[in-house]
Amino acid sequence: MPVDLGELIALYHRPSARTHLVGSPVPEILDALGEEAMDTQQLLDALQRRYALDDADPQALAARLAELESVGLIRRA
Amino acid sequence: MRYRTLLKIGPVGFRIGSDWRAPIAALDDLYRDYPRPDSDIADFTVRLFAARWWRRFLRPSVMIGGDYTIPDAAPLPLSMGLLAAEMGMNLQMALGHRRYLLVHASAVERDGRALLMTGMSGAGKSTLAALLTARGWRLMGDEFALIDPETGLVHAFPRLISLKNRAIDEVHSALPGGRVGPMLADTPKGDLRHLVPDARAIEAMMRPATPALLLFPAFGHALAERPVGRAETFVRLTQASTNFVLLGESGFTALSHLVNSVPVRAIDYPDTPGAIALVDRLWETLA
Repeated sequence: MPVDLGELIALYHRPSARTHLVGSPVPEILDALGEEAMDTQQLLDALQRRYALDDADPQALAARLAELESVGLIRRA
Repeated sequence: MRYRTLLKIGPVGFRIGSDWRAPIAALDDLYRDYPRPDSDIADFTVRLFAARWWRRFLRPSVMIGGDYTIPDAAPLPLSMGLLAAEMGMNLQMALGHRRYLLVHASAVERDGRALLMTGMSGAGKSTLAALLTARGWRLMGDEFALIDPETGLVHAFPRLISLKNRAIDEVHSALPGGRVGPMLADTPKGDLRHLVPDARAIEAMMRPATPALLLFPAFGHALAERPVGRAETFVRLTQASTNFVLLGESGFTALSHLVNSVPVRAIDYPDTPGAIALVDRLWETLA
């Protein structure tokens, strides 16, 4: 349930009842993931297609995914 | 308890019991013009009691109890029994209220639209709200603004206005006819005196208003104003809310709606006339 706050997006995470304030690229990553399980390469490809990225960095994406996993917003399938 | 009373402040009912007559007598006097509760069923109970039986008589000191308590809270001398009752009521609201999102803010209303002012203790929330009532605003509350998650409206909680230190004389000059409680010197918050909200505030206390402007005042600086981004406003209001986490998704919804529906300014002010003029201008241009 994202709410646009201008510089940041507020997310209410129902399972944990916690509020997260996130900035780009987190909203884009979560949106690209949707409800489907993807591996890092599939997600990177999806982001590249959607946002016409020509300098997509797999390591940066892996780091963001690790952060999102640590706060409980995504989980390993 | 030996002495007791029932109060209704906005949508919230309190049952207050005391080991001593004085705090209940002070409450009954200061709240005498408020409507009587519809029934004996209160939302919250506050108990003012002696930690040991002899403390009723010997250097009497008041412990604050009730549905919700803070462990190890220090007692207050009986001369501050009224303050203990007000603190007890605030505590029940802060820890136990679930119907509305509580924002630690003062609120005043004009033409069905509300100005909210939130900030740390000493920022001038109560003082500015009281002074604005002398200029035609209706006081909705000086402590908590109650935001309805379903409608986004702010509901009034017009308890006694808690004036501290220099604000006591300043507000008395602006509202010479205002009814006040006893002067409570050297409380944990300095000198303190309660002001009874005016008749209009009491008569209209069940009437909500649409939030129209949110200010973060700060006293003691040169006059200034700056816009506050929505993300910063959201974070500040989560800190200013006592039940944001408790309310879960409805609190999130209420706060998000508030943040995205009102203009927000931080204002610094060196004196209250400057602040009032700035509030007038911001209300004219933004609200």
